[in-house]
Amino acid sequence: MKNNRRSFIKLAGIAAAGLALAPKAMASGGGAAPVKVNATAIHAAHWAMVVDTTKLNTAEGIEKLAHVCHAIHNVPTIPNKQNEKWLWGAPYDEAFPEQENPHLSESVHTREYPLLCNHCVNPPCVRVCPTKATYQRPDGIVAMDYHRCIGCRYCMAGCPYGSRSFNWGEPRDYLDLKKLNAEYPTRMRGVVEKCNFCVERLAIGKLPACVEASEGALIFGDLNDPDSDVRKVLRERFTIRRKPTAGTEPSVYYII
Amino acid sequence: MLEIALKGSKRYYGWIAFLLVLIAIGSMAYANQILHGLKVTGMSRDVSWGFYISQFTYLVGLAASGVMIVLPNYFHSYKSNKHMVIFGEFMAIAACIMCLLFIVVDIGQPTRMMNMIFHPTPNSILFWDMIVLNGYLFLNLLVGWTCLQADRANLPHPKWLKPFIYTSIIWAFSIHTVTAFLYQGLPGRHYWLTAILAARFLASAFCSGPAILLLVMMVTEKFTTFKMPKKALTTLVKIIAYAMCVNMFFFALEVFTAFYSNMPGHMHPLVYLFAGVHGHHELVGLMWTFIAFAAVSITLLVTPKFRNNMKLLPWTLGILVIATWIDKGLGLLIGGFNPTPFNTITPYWPSGNELLVSMMIYAIGALVVTVLFKIATGVKQEMGQSQAMACGCSTEDTCECTAECGCKE
Repeated sequence: MKNNRRSFIKLAGIAAAGLALAPKAMASGGGAAPVKVNATAIHAAHWAMVVDTTKLNTAEGIEKLAHVCHAIHNVPTIPNKQNEKWLWGAPYDEAFPEQENPHLSESVHTREYPLLCNHCVNPPCVRVCPTKATYQRPDGIVAMDYHRCIGCRYCMAGCPYGSRSFNWGEPRDYLDLKKLNAEYPTRMRGVVEKCNFCVERLAIGKLPACVEASEGALIFGDLNDPDSDVRKVLRERFTIRRKPTAGTEPSVYYII
Repeated sequence: MLEIALKGSKRYYGWIAFLLVLIAIGSMAYANQILHGLKVTGMSRDVSWGFYISQFTYLVGLAASGVMIVLPNYFHSYKSNKHMVIFGEFMAIAACIMCLLFIVVDIGQPTRMMNMIFHPTPNSILFWDMIVLNGYLFLNLLVGWTCLQADRANLPHPKWLKPFIYTSIIWAFSIHTVTAFLYQGLPGRHYWLTAILAARFLASAFCSGPAILLLVMMVTEKFTTFKMPKKALTTLVKIIAYAMCVNMFFFALEVFTAFYSNMPGHMHPLVYLFAGVHGHHELVGLMWTFIAFAAVSITLLVTPKFRNNMKLLPWTLGILVIATWIDKGLGLLIGGFNPTPFNTITPYWPSGNELLVSMMIYAIGALVVTVLFKIATGVKQEMGQSQAMACGCSTEDTCECTAECGCKE
């Protein structure tokens, strides 16, 4: 072949096209490791929780569960209004502000109610997130990718339940580094976090930590299975959900 | 044309040096924020957006406001505005830059900013806000620069630019509509959950934005040979008057809907802002200042005698800017987060660090405005367009320069 400018340009063009296509071809070859589901994992069509507030209704009782939750998820205890919480307690008028009534039965009025992410069927946080860092899994759990979150906090404005916390500073400053749970990551500063219905435990066949520690006051199961524990309880007991007018369809129900 | 910005008086360079000092001080505060995280701000778990996002919101209004000069010029052939158009466009550039910077300083992980492009999410309004703001910045750069260059070469504006000009006019409305959609689509924030929010944003933009522009132009006149044509000025003041009336009318609609319906969710934020609840009265004084200033500015603007008094006008506009800033740059945001989803109150006030970072961004905006206005006034001077005459009129004024036109008192 004659070595002239035209053939050189041709070759260079083909080489450039090859360079551009190569990464795509590599990717289609299945570069990523295949996902292998743990054999012991438990699955559901839609996970849901029922809170029996006739059993779990004291600040101490809820604090105990919150402690379990925060310990295994490395949630720091920050003593100011830039605090973080995944599970916490609040009185009736804070938990159900739209469903208050001046003559509530005394027991309902004085109870403390456990609050957490509602894992809504129509989650506004997922709708507003600009990076899909907050997303809804097929099993209904609203989960978070802490590594994709840019910390815009739009989800915090979007959540009608105040369920989300932001790492305003370095979370490890408020964690006992000797007591960290090595099986769950600590977060970096500048990302949002919230209750994740213990996806990491469901994946290895364990129920959420708060459910396990609740001595039967928290019932967890598949909302789409008519024979599940949650459906059984929902059939028998009167339940309400937080802020029904927001149209979010919470997956956390409260027996009053 | 950039070379025009390099040739200036000592005072010009002194002003730029002053702005650079402010930017340096503010960037140290920003470095502190980068080192320690957003905990150096006054924001909290309950009030998770603060001064940064509210300034962003206010400045989107400033960016959109240039259209009140551009639109009459191109859609109605109101040629009195001809020599003002460039300033509206250049102001929009500075405002867009400030808006984008206010978002950047607000996010917790700025290094991951590009995730918005790597993982585009059209269901998020923030995604669209990024598009409309960057798009508006690009359109104004393109249109403003090309037109000014053509002016300088004594050539007509190129024909291919027309579609971009018309797009930019429509686009101006979109930036503030999309910014309102950021807020008004959230189910748990009653103060924002109102269909009229976008309209109210536009109304307040079209009064506060041109007011800021006019104030900056008045300063510009002091330091350059440029003189606003009287007709353009008075028309713009009338637009400001109408827009402010519409803005306050929309606000009154909010108040009526909330209190006549007696819906607690709609009333609570207004009650917190204007009367205080649960022993919290942090914003009551400021919010009534907003109402009082709005009333004063409307009175001064709708009365021809006061409106046409050029000595009074800067004060009128200043009062209007303060009123709209309290409303949209402070009350709107805090009222959206308070009462919290738990019907409690978490007070918010920006921290010193937050204010220093904001100062940095405003100084950057002022720097951009200074450089761009220097170029624009330089070109106008070269071409002898809209220049100040000894009597106080502009060369564009087709008046007889007698007592009637106001140049002789």
